[in-house]
Amino acid sequence: MASENPDRAHAVAFTLNGEAVRAHVPARMHLGDLLRQSFGLTGVHLGCEHGVCGACTILVDGRAVRSCLMLGVQADGATVETVEGLTESGRIRDLQDAFHARNALQCGYCTPGMLVTAAELLDDADAATSREAIRAAIAGNYCRCTGYHAIVDAIASTAEARGQGRRDAGRDAGLEAAE
Amino acid sequence: MKAPDFAYARPASLDAALALLAEHGEDAVPLAGGQSLVTALNMRLSAPGLLVDLNAIPELTGVSEAGGEAGGIVRIGAMTRHRDVGTAALVRERLPLLAAALPHIAHPAIRNRGTIGGSVALADPATEWPACCLAAGASIVVRGPGAERRVPADDFFQGLYTTALEPGEIVTAIEFPVPGADAVWGFEELSRRHGDYALVGLAATGRRSAGGLSDLRLAFFGVADRPVLARDAAAALEAGDLAGAQAALAGELDPPDDPTTKAATRLHLARVILGRVAARMRGGSAQEDGPDGV
Ligand SMILES: Cc1cc2nc3c(=O)[nH]c(=O)nc-3n(C[C@H](O)[C@H](O)[C@H](O)COP(=O)(O)OP(=O)(O)OC[C@H]3O[C@@H](n4cnc5c(N)ncnc54)[C@H](O)[C@@H]3O)c2cc1C
Ligand code: FES
Ligand code: FES
Repeated sequence: MASENPDRAHAVAFTLNGEAVRAHVPARMHLGDLLRQSFGLTGVHLGCEHGVCGACTILVDGRAVRSCLMLGVQADGATVETVEGLTESGRIRDLQDAFHARNALQCGYCTPGMLVTAAELLDDADAATSREAIRAAIAGNYCRCTGYHAIVDAIASTAEARGQGRRDAGRDAGLEAAE
Repeated sequence: MKAPDFAYARPASLDAALALLAEHGEDAVPLAGGQSLVTALNMRLSAPGLLVDLNAIPELTGVSEAGGEAGGIVRIGAMTRHRDVGTAALVRERLPLLAAALPHIAHPAIRNRGTIGGSVALADPATEWPACCLAAGASIVVRGPGAERRVPADDFFQGLYTTALEPGEIVTAIEFPVPGADAVWGFEELSRRHGDYALVGLAATGRRSAGGLSDLRLAFFGVADRPVLARDAAAALEAGDLAGAQAALAGELDPPDDPTTKAATRLHLARVILGRVAARMRGGSAQEDGPDGV
């Protein structure tokens, strides 16, 4: 591991939105800037750069993290997904449709972070998806435009639709077994 | 703002990390979850020459049991993320106080990355893990150039962002004694918005005996320059005198007076949450926290 020795810049290799990538990154550069500047992933929005606004939230090894509070060099060996990757894979298409249908985005600045935060919540089978739980989960994401009501609506309706899907699948399987 | 220039190293063992800290002296700082340190760098409140990243040291992570039947201990590696601390099966079973505290620590993305060791080493007086360590009578395990040492939480937190850590030392783990079958606990926190730093919070442990409470440890946070054990309040509560316990807080807590929340307000809120926690600890063991505890 090259980064075992102190240096002001390091070579990194990681998986970005499903592709193996490499970069040479100054130690002081945070991951959000690396993704925007070296990889053109401008869906990673930077607001506060101190962890408060949530606009820069991405997935690292499947978990939501603030890309402004992780150094680019720390991505070495990790699996990184941004809103672009989640969009291309279709993994959050229902959530994105719900945001659109419920008017949960206006300027869209907070939206990538909101989507990533919600994606993690919706993927966690053990997580509660009551409106209260959704509000707690997105409490770390600021939105200046829409107010949170429409955003909570969009996440709640996606949770319900996914839960409904699972229940229907279960019922069908049950019926088949009974027949 | 952007971070100043610094060098970075990610050693693969604790010994290598300690060697780097020893070699570079005060110029070097450990990097754990970065959820406070990278913030400070981005805001240029801190300008170290070298960050020693602890994230590639496997021996610093994980939750395990030690100590056998009697005097059992749950050992939590310093680099265990907030979320993994609070959701570990061993913690949920043996240390429900910590599981109840978890949802109050920041927001999901920060809980995914921040570590218990980083929180304890930073010693922000408004935070949950240091108060839980104090309430639960935990020991902080520390390694430096010399031998490993264990510092009781009572002695570890010494003031605003000040601990018993010496330069060049690393927190390697926190050891929690496993409470007995008659143990009770309580956790309550008030903040402006879910996940914000506490205006006032209380982590409490004790035992229930013949209708009363004993061996109470009431660790308040957000109300002084460090987490504080309210001993007089605990004594009054053990004697069954809740009003006396609430009154005693005025002499034991020293809340900050800031533009948004007056000291008197924080003290009042401390009395309110003491009432809630006392009622729950009397009423039953391992009770879930209020509607906040999502
Ligand atoms: C928006 C926001 C809200 C937050 N809200 C809360 C909250 O409500 N409650 C809460 O508890 N925290 C909160 N935090 C802080 C967060 O929990 C941090 O993760 C935590 O305080 C520090 O842990 P870390 O692992 O990120 O440490 P780092 O940021 O990496 O390090 C913090 C300090 O500790 C030192 N250090 C770290 N690990 C060790 C070690 N093992 N040995 C010796 N020194 C070490 C570092 O050198 C540094 O000085 C919040 C943070 C943000 C950005
Ligand atoms: S830019 Fe990262 S949280 Fe605001
Ligand atoms: S849609 Fe504009 S900040 Fe949320």
